[in-house]
Amino acid sequence: MEWETVIGLEIHAQLATRSKIFSAAATAYGAAPNTQASLVDLGYPGVLPVLNGEAVTMAVRFGLATGATIARRSVFARKNYFYPDLPKGYQISQYERPVVEDGSLEILLDDGTRKTIGITRAHLEEDAGKSLHEDFHGLSGIDLNRAGTPLLEIVSEPDLRSAKEAVAYMKKIHTLVRYLGICDGNMQEGSFRCDANVSVRPKGQAEFGTRAEIKNLNSFRFVERAINYEIERQIDVIASGGKVVQETRLYDSDRGETRSMRSKEEANDYRYFPDPDLLPLAIGDDLIESVRAALPELPDEKSARFVRDFGLSEYDAGVLTASREMAGYYETVVARLGGQPKLAANWVMGELSSALNKDSLDVTESRVGADALAGLLTRIVDDTISGKIAKDVFEAMWNEGRDADTIIEAKGLKQITDTSAIERAIDEVMAKNPQQLAEYRSGKDKLFGFFVGQAMKATQGKANPAQLNELLKRKLGG
Amino acid sequence: MSLHTLTVAELAAGLAAGRYSSLDLTLHFLGRIERLGPELNAFVTVTADRALEDARQADAARARGEAGPLTGVPIAHKDIFCTDGILTTCSSKMLSGFVAPYDATVVARWKAAGTVLLGKTNMDEFAMGSSNETSYYGPVRNPWDPARVPGGSSGGSAAAVAACLAPAASGTDTGGSIRQPAALTNLTGLKPTYGRVSRYGMIAFASSLDQAGMLARSAEDAALLLSAMAGFDPRDSTCVDVPVPGYTAELATPLKGLRVGVIREFFDKGLDPAVGRLVQDAIETLRANGAVVREVSLPALPLSVPTYYVVAPAECSSNLSRFDGVRFGHRCDSPRDLRDLYERSRGEGFGDEVKRRIMTGTYVLSAGYYDAYYLKAQKVRQLIAADFARAFAEVDVVVGPTSPTAAFGLGSKTSDPITMYLNDIYTIGANLAGLPAISIPCGFVQEGGKDLPVGMQLVGPHFSESRLLSASHQYQLLTDWHRRVPPGFE
Repeated sequence: MEWETVIGLEIHAQLATRSKIFSAAATAYGAAPNTQASLVDLGYPGVLPVLNGEAVTMAVRFGLATGATIARRSVFARKNYFYPDLPKGYQISQYERPVVEDGSLEILLDDGTRKTIGITRAHLEEDAGKSLHEDFHGLSGIDLNRAGTPLLEIVSEPDLRSAKEAVAYMKKIHTLVRYLGICDGNMQEGSFRCDANVSVRPKGQAEFGTRAEIKNLNSFRFVERAINYEIERQIDVIASGGKVVQETRLYDSDRGETRSMRSKEEANDYRYFPDPDLLPLAIGDDLIESVRAALPELPDEKSARFVRDFGLSEYDAGVLTASREMAGYYETVVARLGGQPKLAANWVMGELSSALNKDSLDVTESRVGADALAGLLTRIVDDTISGKIAKDVFEAMWNEGRDADTIIEAKGLKQITDTSAIERAIDEVMAKNPQQLAEYRSGKDKLFGFFVGQAMKATQGKANPAQLNELLKRKLGG
Repeated sequence: MSLHTLTVAELAAGLAAGRYSSLDLTLHFLGRIERLGPELNAFVTVTADRALEDARQADAARARGEAGPLTGVPIAHKDIFCTDGILTTCSSKMLSGFVAPYDATVVARWKAAGTVLLGKTNMDEFAMGSSNETSYYGPVRNPWDPARVPGGSSGGSAAAVAACLAPAASGTDTGGSIRQPAALTNLTGLKPTYGRVSRYGMIAFASSLDQAGMLARSAEDAALLLSAMAGFDPRDSTCVDVPVPGYTAELATPLKGLRVGVIREFFDKGLDPAVGRLVQDAIETLRANGAVVREVSLPALPLSVPTYYVVAPAECSSNLSRFDGVRFGHRCDSPRDLRDLYERSRGEGFGDEVKRRIMTGTYVLSAGYYDAYYLKAQKVRQLIAADFARAFAEVDVVVGPTSPTAAFGLGSKTSDPITMYLNDIYTIGANLAGLPAISIPCGFVQEGGKDLPVGMQLVGPHFSESRLLSASHQYQLLTDWHRRVPPGFE
């Protein structure tokens, strides 16, 4: 039987506010346990929540960037359950009336087509603290630094049909929230994570299958692997005559499998009701318009502009606009270079990106700045060096921190364009390899490459490749 | 007249005239608390050292010419208000060892006004009760008859002020917890408009109903104390940012032309006829002095008790979840696991009435019951608020009895929660609608050879505290019920 997968994602983006959503405590990551928890975060008797306006602005920014409706009136509810890292015994979260509804965004599929993914809603809520079970023998530690950190939970429609689409969607949201400056996107620190609702159904069937929810996936790779595992598991269950049960599952990244956490029957009754400590959140036109006016150029707009103005492929434009910083770097290179957008794109996506990856650096931390890279590319454009030599120069720039011209000068890498010097090198090579010369001249054309290599070697790679080719062709021909 | 029977306004005048110092007053009241307090069980904590320090500072401020209208006046706080560095118990075993790390806004404002803190008063556990019998620290006795309850939940504050152990005290009112004890102990008790006074630092019972106020010897005192208590607080999102009027200055507004609506539904068969007669007499006094009296009907009001007993427990079941034995409050001995920690800490820490309401609230919020109970109750709440709004289109205030009976005997209603709940039948409506309401003394009934006080209640539109206080003050200029002191406490 042919199966179709249906996936919806709930992405939790930690909002990059300075203070918490309902208290004045700082949100910075990594402080000593319980040093960033105020009486409000600790749920002390008598204290009350006061909504952080910055978090609201950020949610509105997200809503506007996804073409969503901003609710003029949304409501904070209490989600009641007991857990030690949930100090009040309830989480404040928007339930029936979220601040953002009915948005969408487009993802680019492998075959180059675009697909619109619906965003059902995005709502504001507070994060819980952390329970630490490892370091305390027979006891659990509670760190409430994270308690009260603002989250935007972004819920997609069940529009995704494969793990790849899910990852593409999640990456798109990841890019967007960083463009908007509302989330740092740091997945290792848990600032950006998701739950995946996965179900399968026979192709052509209209109703959805029973879904399982995989909790707390904090890398793109895990999302892809967990979903693919879950799809196989569900198909196996059904194919062997069983039924998929609605349940919450956890992904074990070490074993690459999902495991049941709790079934629907064991699920909590959260007893949601509107939080009487908080008035409904009213958002006026003035706020919406001021947020709209301050929106940056969004990734899709930027990508379309790169295609239009720089003649890049959609794929390249997508890669270069995946982060605002990378796009900025690229645009600076093109500006300094005064053109050559494709050359710049190849270098930014090629040498620069692999160097950044190798050293696990962000583009903002690059050892070769945009100006310096433009300086290097200028020397390719004006024929001072070849593209091949340029790669060596780049490596030296990366390691030594000096500019291209200094390295070219110091290492004598300037390209040889003097015809007589290249001819001398060719003559030398021909004299040293009489046998190959004879074979070539008797029709073994393949050997041309051999002579190119030898001649390049004789010039320490500095010969202008186009000139070398032409001269070689002439000389070998006799 | 003895020092301790004076009103706050009179004491303030005496302090201003230099007839006595704040230290004199404070020592006098501390002496009375020590002598008469234990039999009434009005205080959970007496803060003698703090009181003496406050008094010295108040006297020093006065010497510097920095005294305000309340500087040096001793007061007490209901033990529901967090007081920095002082035990704050809510009269619960759960918080029997809880020292608050901060001051509630009400505490901070009265402190900033120069008041002297005598102590923290006993109350029904977590303010859940109408007789002060649910306190972990034992029941409070009514100074008018020690065999009777002082009302609740602010019963300790009521008994302390009525017995002249303090000139005034704070209270909180979720369903009548200021007005009902005021009525039962011959005091003036004001519950302001919801949002008029900050709830920050006031341990929550039912957040959408809780409101801080005071129990005092006169409407004039209530005006003085409210001026120092009311006003916007950015730490409470439900606190309303409207200017605080000059309550004291507006007390002079005459009764003439005041449109008074007598609530038909309050003179029902549950009302003790003797109480009803006294309230009718008081209304007659208003009419005789220029008020325009007519009858009004609030047809949804009889639904207020069942509505309240869905909304309040629902909110309390969630508000009290934070008492889990993890960070503060009672923790059971050597818990086996998490579940055991929760079950025993909460099971041991909360009393029966608190547990009853947590269970009721949990039930009405449960999946499948939410619409039938909580949502329905919220709709009825709207109807009750609409009834009041309709009435206030025609009258300035509505009046009726505060409580169906005078003080009842200790233990007489503890076995039947419904009978106990019905005691709040006349007070709950104002909480559900968020309206300001005041109870003022209007006479005495005789029971078992004792004079027992009766209160009349006035309810006004949102933020009409000035009108309620001036009407009450004008009535108190014409009567002296409010100056009567229980025998043995003169």
